[in-house]
Amino acid sequence: MTLALLPLLQQFVLLLAALVLFLSFVLLAQARLISAIHSFAWQGALVAAVTLTVAVAGETHHLYFSAILTLALKALLIPWMLHRLTRRLGLERHTEDLHWPTLAIMAAVVLVIFSYWLVTPMVAQGLAFTRNIIAVSLAVVLIGLLMMVVRQQAVAQVLGFMSMENGLFLAAVSATAGMPLVVELGVAFDVLVAMVLFGVFFFQIRESIDSLDVDRLNRLTETADPVGANPFATTDEVSQ
Amino acid sequence: MDMNPVLPLAGLAVALALTSSAVSLFASREPRALRRFAMPLVGLAGLAALAAGLWALIADGSATATLPLGLPWQPWRVRVDALSGLFLMIIGLVTVAVGIYGRSYVRSYERGRDSLTALGGFTGLFLTGMLLVTLADDAFLFMVAWEVMSLSSYFLVAFQHEHAANRRAAFLYLLMAHVGGLTILLGFGVLAAFGHGFEFTAMRDAVLSPGWASVAFGLVFVGFGMKAGLMPLHAWLPEAHPVAPSYISALMSGVMLKMAVYGFIRVVFDLIGDIQWQWGVIALLVGSVSALMGVLFALMQTDLKRLLAYSSVENLGIIFIALGLSLVFLGTGHSLLGSLALLAALYHSINHALFKGLLFLGAGTILHGTHERDLEQMGGLLRRMPWTGAFFLIGCLSISALPPFNGFVSEWLIFQSALQAWQLDSGVLRSIIPIASAVLALTGALVAATFVKVYGIAFLGQARSRHVRHARQGAVGMRVGMGLLAGLCVLFGVLPTQVIALIEPVSVQLLGGGLPESGAQGWLWLTPISSDTASYSAPLTILLLALIAGVAFWWFARGVPRRIRRSDPWDCGFAPPSPRMQYTAASFAQPIRRVFGLLFEIDESRPEFDDPAPRYRLKLTDRAWGLFYIPVARAVESASRRVVRLQSGNVRVYLGWTLGTLLVLLWIIS
Amino acid sequence: MPDGLMLSAWLIALLQALLYVALAPLLIGWVRKVKARLQNRRGAPLLQPYADLRKLLIKETRVPHTASPLFRMAPYIVFVATWLAAATVPLVALDLPIARIADIIVLVGLLALARFFLALAGMDVGTAFGGMGASREMLISSLAEPAMLMAVFTLAMTAHSTSLESVMSHHLADGFVLRPSYLFALGALLLVALAECGRIPVDNPATHLELTMIHEAMLLEYSGRHLALMEWAAQVKLLLYGVLIANVFFPWGVGREFTPLALGLGLLAVLAKLALLGAALAIAEHVVAKMRLFRAPAFLNLALLLALLGLLSHVILEIGA
Repeated sequence: MTLALLPLLQQFVLLLAALVLFLSFVLLAQARLISAIHSFAWQGALVAAVTLTVAVAGETHHLYFSAILTLALKALLIPWMLHRLTRRLGLERHTEDLHWPTLAIMAAVVLVIFSYWLVTPMVAQGLAFTRNIIAVSLAVVLIGLLMMVVRQQAVAQVLGFMSMENGLFLAAVSATAGMPLVVELGVAFDVLVAMVLFGVFFFQIRESIDSLDVDRLNRLTETADPVGANPFATTDEVSQ
Repeated sequence: MDMNPVLPLAGLAVALALTSSAVSLFASREPRALRRFAMPLVGLAGLAALAAGLWALIADGSATATLPLGLPWQPWRVRVDALSGLFLMIIGLVTVAVGIYGRSYVRSYERGRDSLTALGGFTGLFLTGMLLVTLADDAFLFMVAWEVMSLSSYFLVAFQHEHAANRRAAFLYLLMAHVGGLTILLGFGVLAAFGHGFEFTAMRDAVLSPGWASVAFGLVFVGFGMKAGLMPLHAWLPEAHPVAPSYISALMSGVMLKMAVYGFIRVVFDLIGDIQWQWGVIALLVGSVSALMGVLFALMQTDLKRLLAYSSVENLGIIFIALGLSLVFLGTGHSLLGSLALLAALYHSINHALFKGLLFLGAGTILHGTHERDLEQMGGLLRRMPWTGAFFLIGCLSISALPPFNGFVSEWLIFQSALQAWQLDSGVLRSIIPIASAVLALTGALVAATFVKVYGIAFLGQARSRHVRHARQGAVGMRVGMGLLAGLCVLFGVLPTQVIALIEPVSVQLLGGGLPESGAQGWLWLTPISSDTASYSAPLTILLLALIAGVAFWWFARGVPRRIRRSDPWDCGFAPPSPRMQYTAASFAQPIRRVFGLLFEIDESRPEFDDPAPRYRLKLTDRAWGLFYIPVARAVESASRRVVRLQSGNVRVYLGWTLGTLLVLLWIIS
Repeated sequence: MPDGLMLSAWLIALLQALLYVALAPLLIGWVRKVKARLQNRRGAPLLQPYADLRKLLIKETRVPHTASPLFRMAPYIVFVATWLAAATVPLVALDLPIARIADIIVLVGLLALARFFLALAGMDVGTAFGGMGASREMLISSLAEPAMLMAVFTLAMTAHSTSLESVMSHHLADGFVLRPSYLFALGALLLVALAECGRIPVDNPATHLELTMIHEAMLLEYSGRHLALMEWAAQVKLLLYGVLIANVFFPWGVGREFTPLALGLGLLAVLAKLALLGAALAIAEHVVAKMRLFRAPAFLNLALLLALLGLLSHVILEIGA
């Protein structure tokens, strides 16, 4: 049994990584927007905890800084901004009916197995620990993308995007003990700017089509049909 | 091997079956011939087959012979080995019960308009066909026997042909049986091309490239899978099995489907030989889908025999899950685990033959006593027919895989082999196999729900219609037939170690090894891999269950204030319950229908609340029809519409086509 | 194993089995007591469930006119099957011979046997409530059982054995290891236990006349000793799940040899663990509201998801190259 031979801190990292994956599933299936934001905050906190653990284990000092940065940004600031955004958009009680939640979950399970299969060739001996974490990170990234596919609500799509970023960060931290600090700062800044831009965009979108249902954006195709390209699109109205 | 009585016994079984068929020819003049002679002969044929099968398994030696029949350059060859012995045993066990049961059952047809000659004659031929399938040692005889089996069962399905639905079911069955037969033939063709001969011995020695082996596997998997009713090739099964007379349904579901399993094992494990693990994954996936979808559809049915037919789809799915596991393990070089999964599949084949035979006979007894197949009309039958009720309960417990009955043992073995997936090197396989076993677990739980529904609605509660309230008890022969199968269900559940020892020669013959550890701790303990890994003691389980129940009963039932007073049901103080207030079969299944609603096409109409004559209507359709069959039918139709242009009506044009074909053919062979 | 040791092992197994039936009402009493305290009530005495059982046992038993013999057999079968299932779960000591009769899969099977007869008994009288309870029970169990089996498979694949004893010894031998799969399996098993024992978010154990009842709906027509057996079986089942969770995930303290000291320590340890679990259950039931029936599948889907992730994280994270 290999797991019992790993040092306790590495076991802890694995445990946290598994929880990050679990939260990806929760994000995917969570119908309530506010709860989804909370799950995302927890995922950010877990990624920060992974960073901290890796910092403690490897005694790499700059990782302490990036752990704090992750915690502040992903677990506190961005969720807070999203929270405020949903409140200002009047979406606190918004729930989204996933059409086939079980199917989405099954697809996510397939993605997990697929990403495990993808990283199997990295069978360099002794790399098992890294490889396993990378499989999980890849799965988190793919599930984030899947979430953007299956969700209609723009805010939920942003959550999917952000959780993809979480997956990438997890891979970077655990596989290579972190990126150089400059890169990390740059990425953090990018994410923050993206978040602000998303906020601005949401208001713009709602201004013009009166909803945040991205399926409604189908109407922006250059067809002559004034009713909309997809008459069967569900009209998931914003509750105001 | 002059002393080996296996072949003479098997030959005797075939001869008795043919005699039974011949005797039935007189049934049109003397209706009692069927009851007096034909059905007992069927039972005797079963007995002979059982003896041959047991001898082949216990004495463990194969016997071959060449028959003076067949084509001049291709005489028919027959062989009995452990594998065919096992399936002869399955045929025998069910046929004996059917012979006893059928004697009483056919009496109800004696005064009817249906042709008894057809019934008896095709029953004998059907049995002959199945026996010869297991005996055949060359592809030619195998295919002849296979077609005899399919055709005679077609006539049995079409027995009551005055109903349009029966004719439609029979036609669908005939069509799919033929497509299946064709792909099997093509599969044999591939093997014969590499083995230079149609004898199984030649095919066994054939050396196939991996690509061609996969082609052969694909062809026979489709062919046998069609016969076995695997999704999505199952559509004929729930149509055809219910409309035949009940004991024929028992033979079709219990035994004929096993012939598909036999054929699959014979061709893939025995003839092709070099197993690739990818085949196992395919079988595993198809089996899982069949098992889950089969049980969900079974749960939704309200026609008892149709429900049982869908449950056969589910059980064959389980068998193919086990076969798939076996292929995966063998393809990755774990022969011990391969044997375990193969034996689990064989064990489940026996069990399914027993309990599905029993349940179909039980459904036949209900049909006989009440003329009712619809669960919504039944209720309270346990009081009208206590013996049938008791045997049917054993069948329900066995099929729901509850300890200590037989269905549990085989599912337990499948779980045990699936849990050895950690030994595999490939991580993807390691994660797929546990998910397949989770599907199996879900299936098992849903089966329990299905049979709680069946038993609770049919046998418990109060009668929902007048003719059910006055149901007649089945005749003695029917009860004996069911009792025999019920007893076997218990026996095969309580003595798993002995059963494993009995069927182990099959895996020794095919894979060169059995389960050396399975009985190592003594006959009480079943330890398939090792005693540390898992152990199950069915005899002690039933002993303890009976002991504690007895003690508890004695403890609580003694003394004076222990008597029981009969009273009206309380029902939370509502009005005395009428039969119409009971849960119906459809309402029992409603919560699960809602949870899995995605998988069905539901057409439901509820009455308005002020409707003076409220009616609730529910129609459930298999999505496979829309996704698979109707597109295929459309494609065939449009293709034939194109071909039909050839039919101009002018004779000289036809002759022109003939001339053209002839020229092309001559050019090809020159 | 020498004969003398074997005999004492069987004796301890018998004692342990008796301990299960003896302790089961106590656990219920404890949960009710904690719950009452949380609601600022004094609550019934800790031993009240024993008094209830005794009262039911000496009362006259009534059987409806419309009931079949199965109605009278069912309580015995349900009780015995549940008890036998419980007896195979190590309570105070490992290496007992009874555990070899049934591994985890058989345990699940025995519980399914009990449930089968419970549901049939509910349908037997032919009342609307009975059928309703049976239908709902089968819905809940058909989703809970696979989750339970999958959670159990995770443990079994770690220990390479489906025997509970081996799983526990393997866990003890490894010492303290952080296994993500165990965490998920624990979560799944907790949810399953809530659903299977008819506890609050899925079913309300305190109700007797409510359209949402499940377990109680099947028992409506029972009285006297039949009802006592059914209630007792439900209590044993709760204890079984409690011990399963406590001893499999936290096996520390269980007796590994047959000395009075080790056994006594094992008993104390398991009592302490159960007291904690019972209190946690009471708090959870105090905090959470009962869900409507068609939310229960979502609850159980979460259990399934946790179990599935447990399996996957075992395969992906815990097995090396």
